[in-house]
Amino acid sequence: MKKPIYLDNHATTPLDPRVLEAMLPYFTERFGNAASRNHSFGWEAEKAVDDARKKIADLIGASSKEIVFTSGATESNNLSIKGVAEMYAEKGNHIITPATEHKAVLDTCKHLEKSGCRVTYLPVQGDGLVDLDMLREAITPQTILISVMYANNETGVIQPIAEIGKIAKERGVLFHSDAVQAVGKVPVNVVRDNIDLLSLSGHKIYGPKGVGALYVRRRNPRVQLSSQMDGGGHERGMRSGTLNVPGIVGLGEACAICQREMPEEAARLGRLRDRLRAKLEAELDEVYINGTMEHRLPNNLNMSFAYVEGESLLMGINDVAVSSGSACTSATLEPSYVLKALGVGDELAHTSIRFGLGRFNTEEEIDYVANRVTEVVRKLRELSPLYEMYKEGVDLSKVQWAAH
Amino acid sequence: MAYSDKVLDHYSNPRNVGSLDKRDPHVGTGMVGAPECGDVMKLQIKVDEQSGVILDAKFKTFGCGSAIASSSLATEWLKGKTVDEALTIKNTDIVNELSLPPVKIHCSVLAEDAIRAAISDFKIKQESRNAAVSVLA
Repeated sequence: MKKPIYLDNHATTPLDPRVLEAMLPYFTERFGNAASRNHSFGWEAEKAVDDARKKIADLIGASSKEIVFTSGATESNNLSIKGVAEMYAEKGNHIITPATEHKAVLDTCKHLEKSGCRVTYLPVQGDGLVDLDMLREAITPQTILISVMYANNETGVIQPIAEIGKIAKERGVLFHSDAVQAVGKVPVNVVRDNIDLLSLSGHKIYGPKGVGALYVRRRNPRVQLSSQMDGGGHERGMRSGTLNVPGIVGLGEACAICQREMPEEAARLGRLRDRLRAKLEAELDEVYINGTMEHRLPNNLNMSFAYVEGESLLMGINDVAVSSGSACTSATLEPSYVLKALGVGDELAHTSIRFGLGRFNTEEEIDYVANRVTEVVRKLRELSPLYEMYKEGVDLSKVQWAAH
Repeated sequence: MAYSDKVLDHYSNPRNVGSLDKRDPHVGTGMVGAPECGDVMKLQIKVDEQSGVILDAKFKTFGCGSAIASSSLATEWLKGKTVDEALTIKNTDIVNELSLPPVKIHCSVLAEDAIRAAISDFKIKQESRNAAVSVLA
């Protein structure tokens, strides 16, 4: 078993060697510009891009012409939300998005608020799911876009996307979904789910970093976007810039592999995740799952280990790469806003760990991680004044803390 | 973030972990921080009544590695000092000793607060005890 063990696959995934193999020729002998129309170098690159486009479209039930290449999901989210806000400004200025979205969506919305857009940040329920009635009530005649992530990057909670798509369609509102965590992990279909815009990324599905795509519906309705990058009018004018051919080839291959292997891989990762959970719950008291287990990515486990601060736990399991919702591990020094939106108290958010399983994890690794986490949590609880108080029967919520 | 060797050492081999009897009149207990802030330190000292020397010090900390290291170091420094000497320990001494980065300075502040809280608790106990003794006399 090789260490450290990588269990942070929601942050990024390793490149699949098969993807790398597909990409390599496009760095060297097949270096052409896909926009060069007059020689074989260009044609070869264009064909590679078209093949990739087809593979990506197939994975999400779209057609090739509906795929726009970008630098990643952050750009796809920016392009779809800002692009819709500008293009449909005459129709309205209201956007609805849940409080648990990725910053690439939330901060884009905040940016638009400065230029006159109105944004409703929809609260979510304790299980992490959007309340569909609340969503319906939030829609106004001014609403031009609903943006709801397919699956959450911290909790893996999968939103009722098909229902949301149906509501959006009935009310004549465009529907964007940031699907970076879901694409390639669970079946995503833009037709079934009535999705108008969908963001995806290469490096979350064992493809390269720096490449992503945006699905833009072409029929029923035909979605139009104001471009956010001016230039040579590539990608039907929606995203100028010479195409990153090796990256696109890699993204295409990554999608093709996901499509072939998804059922088996999802089942295997689900088993491993359940094994990890069962072991931790059997060995440790006072552990809590954050978000519903019922609607969740098969590769995600988000667990709070009460009375043990997250960063100190990460420090103890230093041969395992995971992440924590603790304030100490975040750039803002605030605990996870996603967990907060689920109603998880700050004291439990500080103790949360996100396990993100991936294609290359083995059962042996999962067992090792379960043992390491158990060992370190026990050790740190010996050190924890809160665990001592809990064991003495003290109600921690009633203690007057000398907060600093 | 990379941790300094000293932080790693205190985290891996914390000194003086445990609890003293908080009802003991010679024991002062300081508990600072809050669970929702992500760190709580409990620091206890046992003081020799005659000399004012700290005979024993124990801690338990809920918090990051730097918070654990700060309180572990504090207990090491407290042992053998008089209560008055202990009051001269500054958070900056802890920052320097552990090479804490700026984002972890609050851990050292918390440790200093814990020291002061423990000493204050001990002094309050002594005063009320002395008052009781003088009433009896």
